[in-house]
Amino acid sequence: MPGRVLLVEDETNIMEAIGFLLSRDGWAVNGHGNGATALEAIARLAPDVLVLDMMLPGRSGLDILRDLRADPKTEHLPVLMLTAKGQIRDRDMALALGANAFLTKPFANAELVETLRSMARTANLDDVARGGGAA
Amino acid sequence: MPPAVPPPRYLQRTGSRIRERRLMQGLRQADVAGRAGISASYLNLIEHNRRRIGGKLLIAIARALDVEPTLLSEGADATLADVLFRAAQGGHVGTGTAPEVEMIDALSGRFPGWTDLIAAQQKRITGLEALVDALRDRLSHDPVLAETMHEVLSTVAAIRSTADILVREPNLEAPWRTRFHRNLHEEAERLSIRATAMLAHFEDATPRGDGPATPLETVEAMFDAAGHHFPAIETGGKAAILRVLERAAGMEDSVTRDLAAQMLTAYAQDAARLPLAEIMPAAAAVDFAPERLLHMGQGDAALVLRRLASLPRAPDGSGAPEVGLAICDGSGALLFRRRVAGFAIPRFGAGCPLWPLYGALNRPGQPIVAVLDMPGGGQFQAWSVSQPAELVGFGATPVMRATMLVRAIDDPAHDPAAPTIAAGPGCQVCARTACTARRIIGPGG
Repeated sequence: MPGRVLLVEDETNIMEAIGFLLSRDGWAVNGHGNGATALEAIARLAPDVLVLDMMLPGRSGLDILRDLRADPKTEHLPVLMLTAKGQIRDRDMALALGANAFLTKPFANAELVETLRSMARTANLDDVARGGGAA
Repeated sequence: MPPAVPPPRYLQRTGSRIRERRLMQGLRQADVAGRAGISASYLNLIEHNRRRIGGKLLIAIARALDVEPTLLSEGADATLADVLFRAAQGGHVGTGTAPEVEMIDALSGRFPGWTDLIAAQQKRITGLEALVDALRDRLSHDPVLAETMHEVLSTVAAIRSTADILVREPNLEAPWRTRFHRNLHEEAERLSIRATAMLAHFEDATPRGDGPATPLETVEAMFDAAGHHFPAIETGGKAAILRVLERAAGMEDSVTRDLAAQMLTAYAQDAARLPLAEIMPAAAAVDFAPERLLHMGQGDAALVLRRLASLPRAPDGSGAPEVGLAICDGSGALLFRRRVAGFAIPRFGAGCPLWPLYGALNRPGQPIVAVLDMPGGGQFQAWSVSQPAELVGFGATPVMRATMLVRAIDDPAHDPAAPTIAAGPGCQVCARTACTARRIIGPGG
């Protein structure tokens, strides 16, 4: 099942660890470290799932998420937000803007992997319901 | 002339104080009455508050008891009584037994040592509460701390994820193992640097003693402890400021003390310009609505707002309503705040750009009223005005001050004529992400 995942995260060692995990889980992994150019990377790489850090250089993850949801091409893109704050209001803000899931750092690797798989399953089912993709 | 505002009941009993003083000294009624030139039965009536006294007889009884007359007529120092009163307001939570506040004078007369201990502990509690509020404020609004925390937790996340891989993959290929070991080493070094930086940030902010970090926070804590009302200054004017400072916590530092003196002097000037005896009954008659009291300020609307924020509130909730107050200068920097439940006025960072506090700076001299609709569902009415801090001559640039009074709108059916603004507590923590006035949040903005 796993497909293409884009990690938008500026901490390179987190990117490397998560990238390794997800590639072992069968995902095709790409990484991007700058918030200012994240939307271009998303448009270019067309991931099936996005892992988006909340605090990024150049542009915040929340602003990027807002723009994704405003664009018909990406309004249904499954997004997992990562944040180090972990406060309820950050989670609520991310979910209110349309994030599909939320993990606070430091997270368990297994939880990250399982969350992405779950998001991909749900996205696949939604796709079928909308008339695209195979169940 | 409007009737004088009566002092709280616990301060009214001259007779009770006479009795307590006499009993404390182990004197009989006949002894004291004889020295004062009255009968014992008359003294008995006085002690049970069935006869009011003053003038010569008060002085005579005070002489007989060898105390200052004011100690009998005014009771325990008003400031001490206020501190004890506030201790009584919060102290019985969870015990189910409310302290007998009408016995404050008797308590202080009979047990001055215990009273002083209660007062000292109450000041310490108030100082600690202010410290917690200041730290909470800093955690919520300090952008440097927020970023440092993010960096530390990101480093920990990298360490955790990397270590987890090394443990769970015993047959990990050598290049990957080497790479992850290197990453672990890098992140451990980074964590050490970032954690040290965070600790240094806290150490810079660590308050001296138990009070808040900055002189302004200490002075705000003093005002909070007093409920923003200083009876001694209301009646005694500037002459009472020294007494108030002596009893306040955290005044050891000269900078803090000078700032407190400056703010209490401003309080005394306001009280002299708009005496409590005039504004309290007038305000009560109009439900404390500032717009109906502007005429009392002689053209100074900010004075009316400040006085409304300094009116006494009784423990049963009667008296003046709970209000918040914010004062800022022309740059938007907050100079003073009185917080009210449900309406955050941050110390660090800026407030909401839509607050009429800032809008008033664009319309000097024009009082503004608005309803602030907060993200959590609460509504507050806000009255604001900006004006020069002091009179300047032709050609000089005035220093502007804006003042905003806020009050919760309790009645859901309340339908004020004031415009409603969808505001918030400040962009850093506001849930209104689609707000057009929102400042960019994050490392880039």
